[in-house]
Amino acid sequence: MAFVELTGVSLTYRLGKDSTLALADATLAIDKDEFIAVVGPSGCGKSTIMKLVTGLLPASGGEVRVDGKKVTGPIKGVGMAFQNPTLMPWRTTMDNILLPMEVVEPHKRRFRSRRAEYVERAMKLLRTVGLADFADKFPWQLSGGMQQRSNLCRALIHEPELLMLDEPFGALDAFTREELWGVMQALWMEKRFTGVLVTHDLREATYLADTVYVMSRRPGRIVLSKKIDIPRPRTLATTFEPHFVDLVHELRDRIHQEHA
Amino acid sequence: MTEMQREVLKIAMPWLFMAVFLVVWEIACVACQIPEIILPRPSRVFEVFVQRFDILLRFCWDTLWTTLIGFLIAIAGGLLLGLAIGASPFVYSGLYPLLIAFNAIPKVAIVPILMIWVGVGALPAVITAFVISFFPIVVNVATGLATIEPEMRDVLRSLGATRTEILTKVGIPRAMPYLFASLKVAITLAFIGSVISETVGGNRGVGFLMLSASARNDAPTTFAGLFAIAIMGVAMYAVCALVEKRMTRWAFRGEIVT
Ligand SMILES: Nc1ncnc2c1ncn2[C@@H]1O[C@H](COP(=O)(O)OP(=O)(O)OP(=O)(O)O)[C@@H](O)[C@H]1O
Ligand SMILES: [Mg+2]
Repeated sequence: MAFVELTGVSLTYRLGKDSTLALADATLAIDKDEFIAVVGPSGCGKSTIMKLVTGLLPASGGEVRVDGKKVTGPIKGVGMAFQNPTLMPWRTTMDNILLPMEVVEPHKRRFRSRRAEYVERAMKLLRTVGLADFADKFPWQLSGGMQQRSNLCRALIHEPELLMLDEPFGALDAFTREELWGVMQALWMEKRFTGVLVTHDLREATYLADTVYVMSRRPGRIVLSKKIDIPRPRTLATTFEPHFVDLVHELRDRIHQEHA
Repeated sequence: MTEMQREVLKIAMPWLFMAVFLVVWEIACVACQIPEIILPRPSRVFEVFVQRFDILLRFCWDTLWTTLIGFLIAIAGGLLLGLAIGASPFVYSGLYPLLIAFNAIPKVAIVPILMIWVGVGALPAVITAFVISFFPIVVNVATGLATIEPEMRDVLRSLGATRTEILTKVGIPRAMPYLFASLKVAITLAFIGSVISETVGGNRGVGFLMLSASARNDAPTTFAGLFAIAIMGVAMYAVCALVEKRMTRWAFRGEIVT
């Protein structure tokens, strides 16, 4: 059975009399330990889907199920990297990254006694994203891309079963971005978790995902679900192979129809 | 002008302005032959200040500690109530109108009532200082909590944090700059409160000293009391500003604010 299941989910944002139908009819199923990507035009409801799956927003219609249980409130212990890095300005980068350890069971109970171990874990993550020297800096002393990388570390530190990434590489240059694809893939192959990645970059989606979902313009619905049958590990060289390029083209054509 | 001179000038400016103000005052008094009983010359006030320094000190000390106790209670109470109001919409809608109504009452009006209840002495001054400095603290702390970015809360909610955890990990740190900003205002108000209470009906403190001096037509002593209050007020304000800068460096993004 699927780990995450959305059946006919819709969402309307309301503010007084004003209402926006952001998501019309999202139906998708994500298997356990599957990595999927969601692509679609800006404003089509991708971030909204992320918030629905994690239970931050209640669905206006339809049903969201995670691990067989209907989602009614925020589900515990997901790893979530929001679209804008919401680091806390009063905490250093290190303390920001350690935040999930202070909140999520079972780390919460042993946070004090095992602090050194957790700090080492955070340092390891910081090293992989190239921020080892910035652990003691405050978020406002980091560049936008550096904040985004810290944000990613915070989502990963507690090794969640479900990882939700909302354009986590958006503010990065092409080289760092491609490097982090590799890091992400290696992490997934080692730890195996269920991943949902929202992105505008079709090569990124194809590189990382098992299945890519294409969404329509607002109000969003899923218009294409494409299995990516390229064996892992994928490398940068893979992205230039004809089959990979064909897949990207197919996705791009579908999205172009949305803009037509 | 070099950077260095600019800095020095910036620090010297307030003193310069004060000196000019005092000199103009002195000259005006002499030139217009204003009687001392109406407006004493600053030099005369200073003379009395030094002469009667021990008495002034004793009365000032009374005012200072009553003010500080009232102020400390206001911080504790204001913080608690502010957190309650900011964290719960029900407490907000229930208490906020009452608070505003209460704040609209002139505090001079409550001193006689306080004296009926607790008599004269230090207690009415402490209570007045508390009552008057309480409001800005509550409002600021509540505002700090109410304006937390929803995204910041979502980060914790998605981790499965409880309401208490959200309050301690985001709410309180986020409200701190607002609290410290309000302290500067609150401490000056606390001084006003205790001096009002001493003047309306008291047997102690600078307010009482000034009142009894003016009853004897001793204008220089009255003015010396006024100066003493101003000095205490500025000093306490400076302490609060320093604490603010120390505690909430992040809120200024590390920039030095003066
Ligand atoms: N809090 C909100 N209140 C009202 N409307 C909202 C709110 N958040 C999003 N919307 C609306 O819902 C729609 C979908 O927003 P969403 O953030 O999910 O888009 P997105 O697909 O993530 O876009 P992008 O790729 O630009 O990040 C948008 O049209 C937006 O105007
Ligand atoms: Mg978005």
